[in-house]
Amino acid sequence: MDIVNSLALSSPEILLTISGLILLMVCAFVGDKAARIVTILAVAALFGATAITADFLTNPAFELGGDAWAGIYRMDAFGSFSKILIYLAAIGCLIVTPKFFDATGEYRPEYPVLMLFGAVGMGLMVSAVDLMTLYMGLELTSLASYVLASFTRSDDRSAEAGLKYFVLGALASGILLYGMSLVYGFTGSTNYIGIRVALQDGLSTGALFGIVFVLAGMAFKIAAVPFHMWTPDVYEGAPTPVTAFFATAPKVAAIVIMMRIALDPFGGQSDAWQQIVIFAALASIVVGALGAISQDNIKRLLAYSSINNVGFILIGLAAATEAGAAAMLVYLTIYVAMSLGSFVVVMMMRDADGKQVEEISKLGGLSRSQPWLALCMAMMMLSLAGIPPLFGFWGKLVVFQAAVQADMVLLAALGIAASVIGAFYYLKIVKIMYFDEPAGVVAPSHDTARWAVLAVTALIVSPLGYLLIVPLGALASRAAAALFFII
Amino acid sequence: MDGFPILSVMLAVPLVAAVLCLFLDANGARWTALGATLVNLALGIGLWLSYEVGGPQWQFTERADLFAGFSYALGIDGIALMLIVLSVFLMPACILASWDSIQKRVGEYMAAFLIMELLMIGVFAAQDMLLFYIFFEAGLIPMYLIIGIWGGDNRIYASYKFFLYTLLGSVLMLIAMLWMINEAGTTDIPTLMQYDFPPAAQTWLWLAFFASFAVKMPMWPVHTWLPDAHVQAPTAGSVILAGVLLKMGGYGFIRFSLPMFPEASAQFVWLILGLSMVAVVVTSLIALVQHDMKKLIAYSSVAHMAIVTAGLFAFNVQGLEGAMIMMLSHGLVSGALFLCVGIIYDQLHTREIDRYGGLSINMPKYAIFFLLFTMASIGLPGTSGFVAEFLSLAGIYEVSSLATFVLTTGIILGAGYMLYLYRRVAFGEQKNADAAAMRDLNLREWFMLGPIAAAVLWMGVYPESFLAPMRADIAALDARLARAAPEGDAKLVAGEPLTAAANAMPDGEHGEGHGDDHGDDNSEGPE
Repeated sequence: MDIVNSLALSSPEILLTISGLILLMVCAFVGDKAARIVTILAVAALFGATAITADFLTNPAFELGGDAWAGIYRMDAFGSFSKILIYLAAIGCLIVTPKFFDATGEYRPEYPVLMLFGAVGMGLMVSAVDLMTLYMGLELTSLASYVLASFTRSDDRSAEAGLKYFVLGALASGILLYGMSLVYGFTGSTNYIGIRVALQDGLSTGALFGIVFVLAGMAFKIAAVPFHMWTPDVYEGAPTPVTAFFATAPKVAAIVIMMRIALDPFGGQSDAWQQIVIFAALASIVVGALGAISQDNIKRLLAYSSINNVGFILIGLAAATEAGAAAMLVYLTIYVAMSLGSFVVVMMMRDADGKQVEEISKLGGLSRSQPWLALCMAMMMLSLAGIPPLFGFWGKLVVFQAAVQADMVLLAALGIAASVIGAFYYLKIVKIMYFDEPAGVVAPSHDTARWAVLAVTALIVSPLGYLLIVPLGALASRAAAALFFII
Repeated sequence: MDGFPILSVMLAVPLVAAVLCLFLDANGARWTALGATLVNLALGIGLWLSYEVGGPQWQFTERADLFAGFSYALGIDGIALMLIVLSVFLMPACILASWDSIQKRVGEYMAAFLIMELLMIGVFAAQDMLLFYIFFEAGLIPMYLIIGIWGGDNRIYASYKFFLYTLLGSVLMLIAMLWMINEAGTTDIPTLMQYDFPPAAQTWLWLAFFASFAVKMPMWPVHTWLPDAHVQAPTAGSVILAGVLLKMGGYGFIRFSLPMFPEASAQFVWLILGLSMVAVVVTSLIALVQHDMKKLIAYSSVAHMAIVTAGLFAFNVQGLEGAMIMMLSHGLVSGALFLCVGIIYDQLHTREIDRYGGLSINMPKYAIFFLLFTMASIGLPGTSGFVAEFLSLAGIYEVSSLATFVLTTGIILGAGYMLYLYRRVAFGEQKNADAAAMRDLNLREWFMLGPIAAAVLWMGVYPESFLAPMRADIAALDARLARAAPEGDAKLVAGEPLTAAANAMPDGEHGEGHGDDHGDDNSEGPE
């Protein structure tokens, strides 16, 4: 009976795993010509998993969630919300991918399969309530990501990106594991509840070191300063659809596990880690903003922009409140739409020969040759800068509101003042597209899938997105309440 | 107009027209924009006519719970009403001013202006603090594009400076707003206007709001974005900047800083008066040496806005009314002056004062309008500027004689630079052949300047029309501020009013000197 229940609660992962294995067989026996159908089936599997998870999130019968597999896996609203976001981001990335590789003919059916396994890992991560499950999920995702980063084998930059990502990722995993072993050593448990109970009576120095190492490892994964150095190189080198994937789904998963681990097992000792998070938040905002200014490659710029955004998200974590957690989830949702939209625009930056264009200056005068593309990109950029009435403003607002409610007015003031630095380089892109003379490099794109993804993300980012505030806010609050429920 | 959501309609009209403009060709966009702004002007006049003077403080209120955390709440009092009317009044002139001078990307240009109109009305009509902030900040985007795409040679620098300067000013205000929402538990502006924040917190909140409004206003020394933005913006952009965007700063002071933080406002009177005094003298002197017409008018705007801030922080009815009339008057006058500059710029493509001269010979009609607006800017009695300056200075005098003295020298300097400008442009000999060959006003330009000239004279001769809707709101604000009002150095004592009319003659002489007249009157009466 127990195993049936466990299977039911983890059904999204099981569905994705089985689909992944079957599709792997298809790859092996049918070969490269199956790429298209495998992609479609993978998208269908992700949609299926999304539907199941959405039922978990909204069905009153699952209000309280439930523990599966003897307390190492937990299905709750928090995990479900994050998983839906992850699956949707993965779907968005998958839809726009095949066209990207058309020019080089390097698209292979392994790509969607790797995405599926990555999604399984991320699902496992966000539902993990045990350090071991967490690590399994994290590594499954990371291994899929390393391969994806070097997917274009003929491109040196892609191979370099994969290698860099692997070496630094392995280092991060090592740090994380070391932290976990310290936590286990000083609390006697790998289970979140066990750790929480053990830390209730006070924090020993060893456990403190454990917490610091675990958070440092997490900071690597979410690319927060001072562990951000890999991000620009990997984002630049990896094929653009893979970069779009890195900037969305795994980022969401990593931030969500950081939230869960900070607020659940270490939640009773928030004083111990709050200052780390505050530092990482402010440093990420400032470094992300300053680093982006001198970039002339759009992918590197977006990499710094993602570092910058992680800083804002961490402000919600620094508050260490339920409102802060809900605000982070809202921000993450908007962030996924903004990043996905920006990277889709980057994918559409191709010259007449179909070659990818990455220099920002090549965007010159885009508003005259392709007004709609330029409008979408301008909206993404201004939204990332947090200028109302675009929806990115709402994300920043809720995060800062949470910080103010938690009596961290100074943090909020510093963070928002630093956001003005970031506005500068976002404005630079708008300036190049709208004020400069046409460079005439970017050729029009007619791919329906890309335009569809771009249109959906642009609609979310546009002022119409504000109509989502009520449902999104309600779901995020529910998810945050589930995270705090165990306390 | 019961139940008719007139404010929402005023927001919707430019929005729909803006979207349409993106799809239309140049001429279609021009006519659409003109039509939409005229519809909005008609709605604005309807709003003014149906506004019930002496009625409830907040009228035309609308509310829709579309969002969580803040609400779509609109409503206006007399102060907001007048500023909305000013905005919709200037917009058709802006569209007309861009009719021929904007030839590239007309659809986008008109769309940007219509969005700007939507946001300006939104700022003045918002009754929810976050909604206000969204409208307030969103205005940066269309203005950034207007300056950057259609501006002058140095437009990129000016657009960046405008955007980042104003953004930096505003973000701290957002944090202050979040703190207030957290403390008071509401985002409703009318409620917050009655909420008493602890005086210690008020100081910080006031400073955060000050950072935003002082930049927007702009007050010396954070005014430096204004001359750049004004000079580089296309004519209509300058009109909107000077006419309405600057008023958002003043509106912010009168809507947020004063009623929400009366104690802190009283505490910082010295700061406001000090900065205003410096601003008036310094920027007037700078204006005196300008060679660029737009820059000169831009600096004169800073000087005029300094009188507004000083009037607002006089903590009495005259000061507040004077500041409001000053904002309305300056909106009309400086807008009209920029239009005047635009008219000759379109023909000669230079703003250099020395390139003109003797325009009153070949452009007499133009010279008359230009003279009228110059005089209104100086504050000649009979024009709106006089009413504004007189009321403001009378109010400030109750607080500080020194400030009044210094601000008045600003008016003298103002007369100096404006008359000097006018002399160099319109009088003297026609030293430049191309300037001498310019044509006089055409019909389109008549339609731009005529209505503004009429409004300037109306406000100068019968300001009551404009003061009446605001009177109750300013009295309410004055009552709210009374508990914190600083003691002035003038210590005015109200005299005994005469019982008889001012021109009545004493009885004894009356009988002798005018007996005959009276007799005649009587005899011609009933018989």
